[in-house]
Amino acid sequence: MIDATGMPQTAVLVGGTSEIGLSVLKALAARRLDSVVLAGRDAEGLAAAALELEGAGVARVVAEKVDLSDPAAVDGLEGLVERCERALGGIDLVLVSTGDLGTASLAELTPHRVYRMFEANATGPAAAIVAFAKRLAAAGAGRIVVLSSVAGVRVRKANFVYGAGKAAVDGLSLGLADALEGTGVGVTVVRPGFVRTRMTTGMAAAPFAVDAADVAHAVVRGLETGAPVVWVPPVLRYVFVLLRLLPRAVFRRLPG
Amino acid sequence: MTEHHAAPSGPTEQRLLTGWGRSRPTRATVLRPAGAEDAARLLRAALDGGGPLVARGLGRSYCDAAQSAGGTVLEMTSARRILEFDAKAGTVTADAGLSIDELLRLSVPSGWFVPVTPGTRYVTLGGALAADVHGKNHHVDGSFGRFVSDAVLAAPAGVRHLSPRDGADELWASAGGMGLTGVFLQMTLQMLRIETSAILVDTERCSDLEDCMARMSTQDADYRYSVAWLDCLARGRHLGRGVLTRGNHARQEDVEAAGGRRGRDWREHRLALAPRQAGRVPVTPPLRLLSRASVRAFNEAWFRKAPARRRRELQSIPAFFHPLDGVGEWNRLYGPLGFTQYQFVVPFGEEDALRRVVEQLSSRQVPSFLSVLKRFGDAGSGHLSFPAPGWTLAVDIPLGLPGLGELLDRFDAIVVAAGGRVYLAKDGRVRPELIHSMYPRLDEWREVCDRLDPGHLISSDLDRRLGLRSERPGSARALRPRPPTEEAR
Repeated sequence: MIDATGMPQTAVLVGGTSEIGLSVLKALAARRLDSVVLAGRDAEGLAAAALELEGAGVARVVAEKVDLSDPAAVDGLEGLVERCERALGGIDLVLVSTGDLGTASLAELTPHRVYRMFEANATGPAAAIVAFAKRLAAAGAGRIVVLSSVAGVRVRKANFVYGAGKAAVDGLSLGLADALEGTGVGVTVVRPGFVRTRMTTGMAAAPFAVDAADVAHAVVRGLETGAPVVWVPPVLRYVFVLLRLLPRAVFRRLPG
Repeated sequence: MTEHHAAPSGPTEQRLLTGWGRSRPTRATVLRPAGAEDAARLLRAALDGGGPLVARGLGRSYCDAAQSAGGTVLEMTSARRILEFDAKAGTVTADAGLSIDELLRLSVPSGWFVPVTPGTRYVTLGGALAADVHGKNHHVDGSFGRFVSDAVLAAPAGVRHLSPRDGADELWASAGGMGLTGVFLQMTLQMLRIETSAILVDTERCSDLEDCMARMSTQDADYRYSVAWLDCLARGRHLGRGVLTRGNHARQEDVEAAGGRRGRDWREHRLALAPRQAGRVPVTPPLRLLSRASVRAFNEAWFRKAPARRRRELQSIPAFFHPLDGVGEWNRLYGPLGFTQYQFVVPFGEEDALRRVVEQLSSRQVPSFLSVLKRFGDAGSGHLSFPAPGWTLAVDIPLGLPGLGELLDRFDAIVVAAGGRVYLAKDGRVRPELIHSMYPRLDEWREVCDRLDPGHLISSDLDRRLGLRSERPGSARALRPRPPTEEAR
């Protein structure tokens, strides 16, 4: 169960090898988290992630190999939810942290690539979020934390496919939160700016860049306060008030 | 407080439930049995559906004891008949959904008071027994369970008649068992004879925590009721300053001797209950109104307002025992995140643990406007009953403060090291691993529970959070390798 301070005892991580996701789980392990299911497509990566979590004090870690870009896996999502439920004896928290920054180069954006990027950033996580939401609503309790991005708040030319995917899942999560009103299930949308991880290795850091541990800290704080939207760092909330108002002619010319 | 007078809103309803702290809403199917027989019938029907099920009274436990996410909650507040009231012997037999408020309205005019009342009248008898509640008289009288001579419990294994004479272990698993042995249907309670409904109260300020403890240690025996309010924001040499209020039931001659208008009122209305509600908090404000600044101002005013020393003041039952009941739904003042109450007990001789907690509350400037210190007397017989000889401190704390979880974990460490425990009816966040140390009779309790409810159909969010009935699968205790059996050696 989630305790009075908002801390879960069990969690499912969709995107089971995600650096940010694992960082959040490690921070939660210092509080009350003791059982985790890691759902992801890279078996070796999942095994390494499981060891990492056990080292951080999570007593039980179960790996579930699943590839949400595979239509059969999407059809099997309800089965996955069932297995998670059984393995954990009740799901407190679902953390969805999948993403593919891909490319914004028109030359590289083959139809297949665009399609794949949407699967990783939007359709895959959306299918998972809704499947888990139904289960939590039936159980009358729980929280879903969705790793969105400021890239989805106003889509920029620098990462427009990625940003559009994040915009989809961000909007879906906010609407879902309202749809879940009264069920006992809450949704937290997390909007980090530039996070220094494997996904962004080699890229020049944008202003207000943070580390995965900063995102983890902000998510834990968001769970404590029940915040529906968590910006990392918090100042981005105000930066994006301005950026959303900029005329396109100006927005288009912004660097990065 | 009108909710318990509301007509049943239909037999079945899906609803979000929280405790009094309004912190963790979870959704369940809520059934409102019309009476005790109806409750037993609904229990059987719900259990056929596979549980988990738990009973709920007036929702005054602070967090998740009376809710069961995805399960069934039997809201017992419509089952509130008084079946027998022997005005000679002072015994009452009533449905478990009857509130102490309703009971007092009947009994006080006849010269009988409840043997134990918590800080609110709006608890049901069933809830009071399930939490084995204590009051300001614990150091003299013990907890609620001591005064129950018979109780009818609907358990999955069948309806049981419990008493200290037979079925005693089932009674003592249930008194303080947080509703996890079954659903109380009825009980018989021994009331306390009173000559008047007035309390003869002595009020005095204490300059600091040591002063409070010293006065309580040396003088509590003179009073049936004793409690100290502490200002946990006070620092330095004022650390733990407070106001002691202690009293006894006023006798006829005390009322006769009282002068002035109040004395005349009491002489004319010797056994009046006089419950009044000044008002209620109409909505939950979007932010918490009990901030550090407002609590500090309140504490300062409260301390200054208290007389340095006032003797033999006549107070009404509501004013002395249930001051907060005067403001309906005051829990809303904590805003949308709600609050928690941290209540622990440490044995006598471990005063240092108490000092350390008060020091940290002060140095961290935790804004608690309700901090109550009390000395407990002997422990009751309940397996999971909270009170034990020693000092108990209860502190209301708004949720959402940065670092609150970690701070309370440090308090737990201090409490456990001192051989103390936290109160399950108040808890919302203790580590499951600590429950065995805090409640050493847990295994004994589990055995009785397994007999009353072999299928573990009775369960609450509290039960699942702490792994009370059975270890949580992820808890260190569940995962610890079993000691080798004889054969394996």
